[in-house]
Amino acid sequence: MDCLHNTKAIIKRELKSYFESPIAYVFLVVFLMLTAFLTFMVGRYYENGQADLRAFFWWHPWVYLILVPAAAMRLWAEERRSGTIELLLTLPVTLSQAILGKFLAAWTFLAIALVLTFPVILTTYYLGSPDSGVILCGYIGSFFLAGTYLSVGMLTSAMTRNQVISFVVSVLACLFLLLAGWPPVTDFLVRAAQDSPALQWILQAVSSLSFMPHFENIQRGVVAVRDWVYFISIMAFMLFATHLVLENRKAS
Amino acid sequence: MLEIQELHKHFGPIQAVRGVSFQVEKGEVLGFLGPNGAGKSTTMRMITGFLPPTSGTARLNGHDITDDAVEAKRQIGYLPENAPAYGDMTVTNFLRFIAEVRGFSGKDRDLRVDAAIEKARLSSVRHQTIGTLSKGYRQRVCFSQAILHDPPVLIMDEPTDGLDPNQKHLVRNMIREMASRKAIVISTHILEEVEAVCSRAIIIANGRIVANGSPAELKARSNLHGAVELTVKQPEEAIYRELSGLPSAARVEQDGPQYTIYPRNPERLFTDVTQLVRQHDWHPTGLKHIEGRLEDVFRELTLGPDTSNRLN
Repeated sequence: MDCLHNTKAIIKRELKSYFESPIAYVFLVVFLMLTAFLTFMVGRYYENGQADLRAFFWWHPWVYLILVPAAAMRLWAEERRSGTIELLLTLPVTLSQAILGKFLAAWTFLAIALVLTFPVILTTYYLGSPDSGVILCGYIGSFFLAGTYLSVGMLTSAMTRNQVISFVVSVLACLFLLLAGWPPVTDFLVRAAQDSPALQWILQAVSSLSFMPHFENIQRGVVAVRDWVYFISIMAFMLFATHLVLENRKAS
Repeated sequence: MLEIQELHKHFGPIQAVRGVSFQVEKGEVLGFLGPNGAGKSTTMRMITGFLPPTSGTARLNGHDITDDAVEAKRQIGYLPENAPAYGDMTVTNFLRFIAEVRGFSGKDRDLRVDAAIEKARLSSVRHQTIGTLSKGYRQRVCFSQAILHDPPVLIMDEPTDGLDPNQKHLVRNMIREMASRKAIVISTHILEEVEAVCSRAIIIANGRIVANGSPAELKARSNLHGAVELTVKQPEEAIYRELSGLPSAARVEQDGPQYTIYPRNPERLFTDVTQLVRQHDWHPTGLKHIEGRLEDVFRELTLGPDTSNRLN
């Protein structure tokens, strides 16, 4: 109970601080416009003639690549720049509670953005009769993908007091995790490494760290335990690393 | 109330704090003095649980800050250096957040927030965003955050830094008001502040405690302690000779019509000088018994006797 009210208070404050500054509104507008534009114009949603959300979810890893690090960059960098981290961590909370509170607040914010894309669902139901299970799966997968990006952004935010550095490093890290398992890239690399089984093994290992295959499985409506284990373990690892970084560098 | 045992902190090869121990009881206001970089803030950050000590610990109302951190942190109100606060929140929202993290909810929370706002005299800005407030108000916002839960131990890192004289006066009054009910530690390098509010002072230099006593005791360590300052209408060679000849005087310095007599025997000097003045027709315009200056003691202890002479 005791640890709940601490974490709850932190979640509340963080969420409020998104909406009390223009960040939240800019983020939401850009996210919604970008996903709509990519789905309908670039993804040729109407021309596909299919009542599903493939064209919509296909873009999510790329949209998140820019937007999630932007939502995460201030989480710790700002606390360190302004010195409020000293205030926060001398309140009766543990570091884990503070990290969890901030993470859950930012994740909730991303969930709100995702929920606001509901018109695309309505459109699909209006045009045809899509598979509701696949749509639900798509949303949950997208939500977990956002959380995974967010955990990476949280780690880079803890490493610096400069939000711009946090943003750039986190975009690069996410891009790596994305491309490492993106079929066009992996196919190319596997072909290039044809002759060396050792290199191939390394490529496989790296690409298995990628978001992409797991996200695609879920998008197809395949609910396999390993995909969920993947997302949850990446998040847990990143939060744990954030804990380590903050413990060692919070005062610097 | 507050018990600090052998705190050490190393940052790589740098030893910022090397074995600081002291105790503060309820009703005491401890002034924590030292030059910049002496280890004041680092010590306070260890006591409040922000930095883990390399060795040693602090106990707050019996709770150890290294093993029982959350419970120990409940006992403290802390005003960090530069009074950080979330700039995008309003004063009321900020204090509500602090109250909620400290476990107050509903009506209890609002009462606490109102009381803290009242005590720090923030009513006029309670709905303003903290980022738009002046330095003095921001300091008070952070102060009200520290006293919101009426903690038994209050730790303040340079609470009057950067304030104007009126605001300093206000903050000191607030500290004095609470002094009897709490154990208070304030760090400062403003020495007048120590005399104004502290019942005891600790001087720290290079990470070690070099003096621990009441402001009066510390002043007694000054070489000016017990000195006498005599001002006359017409300075004469004879006055200098007579004063220097006193057995209780160590030496005499003359600056125009003003003589400063340094004591060899601080208890006797003043009586001896007054007697001389009575005997002769020197027309004194001023006669002052000097208690000693904290500033001199501070300089001597934190620079070492050799350097302090050179700098004088």
